[in-house]
Amino acid sequence: MCDVCGCAHADVHVHVAGEILHTETGRQVEVGRALLQQNDREAEHNRAHFDAAGVLVVNLMSSPGSGKTSLLEATIQAVHRKLRIAVIEGDLETENDARRIRGAGAQAVQITTGSACHLDAGMVHAALHTLALREIDVLFIENVGNLVCPASFDLGQHRNVVLLSVTEGDDKPEKYPVMFRAADLLVISKTDLTAAVGDFQVLRALRHFRHLANPSPVLEISARKGDGMAAWIEWLVEEHARRRPAGMKQANE
Amino acid sequence: MHELAICQAILQQAAAVARVHGGHVKRINLRIGPLAGVEPDALRFTFPLVAAGTVCENAALAIETPAVRVECQICGAVTQVRPNRLLCGGCGAWRVALLAGDEMRIESVELFETETANV
Repeated sequence: MCDVCGCAHADVHVHVAGEILHTETGRQVEVGRALLQQNDREAEHNRAHFDAAGVLVVNLMSSPGSGKTSLLEATIQAVHRKLRIAVIEGDLETENDARRIRGAGAQAVQITTGSACHLDAGMVHAALHTLALREIDVLFIENVGNLVCPASFDLGQHRNVVLLSVTEGDDKPEKYPVMFRAADLLVISKTDLTAAVGDFQVLRALRHFRHLANPSPVLEISARKGDGMAAWIEWLVEEHARRRPAGMKQANE
Repeated sequence: MHELAICQAILQQAAAVARVHGGHVKRINLRIGPLAGVEPDALRFTFPLVAAGTVCENAALAIETPAVRVECQICGAVTQVRPNRLLCGGCGAWRVALLAGDEMRIESVELFETETANV
């Protein structure tokens, strides 16, 4: 039982009555379960909270410095009156990003993980209970900047958005297949710097991305200049409409 | 190093088995695909640190690594591929479905025959 909200979803009882084989030297108990079963259950529990409130939850992942927080700041300003945004910020240290989000005009909760390299469903659960979910349309979870670890942990999100900035190199999908395979949307960020960088080719990045058999859409965005923001907002509005149960009110209704 | 968190999950599940069936854990059989995002060597290095002083102390981690296999949505071929190049080995299409390679499972736990079950 979840001791914060009292729901039964997060029951972490582990079913262990597997088949037992007696071998010469001992017993072998069949388990056959996902290793991260407990995290997965907690993630489902989070998703149940989000679904009940009609909130679209987007897990934002990238390497450090790809422009996640800048994209969020620009998004909050762009959807003002259209969608109510909140952000759960994951960083090893500091409240800096949460402060930036609040400065842009949205609710923000900062999770500082200490030295942990990723967010897990339990951390998100603790954070979600500090938010008024029914007053939110889209909740972003800005994961710890890292292209490896966050990919393995379900947080209860509906969509994964992965950023790849033009300053990083267009072969990142080939180097980090697990992360880029998980993307439901790939954002090529900082496109205003493409000319200055010189050797980043969007088509090459796209080819590496498709080589992971990922059919997800790809958007090119400059949060600083506003290029590509309209398509990104459109994607968010559509995804949110898909999540909102019939009859539930939106910000400007 | 999310392998630490993964090791804690392994420990938790294996210890739960030992609690129900009794005895110390001898060996934990895992199945971890190349697309799981977990490094087997890092698990082997980390697990003894997490398991020290528990029923899993000295337990061996046996990690089976399945090959990455895809089924082509265009030509139907099933082929074995590299983790960062999920293209059909038959026709080269990227419209493929992953059949194997992203597993992260605990398959079974082997216990020493030293104690009686305390169920």
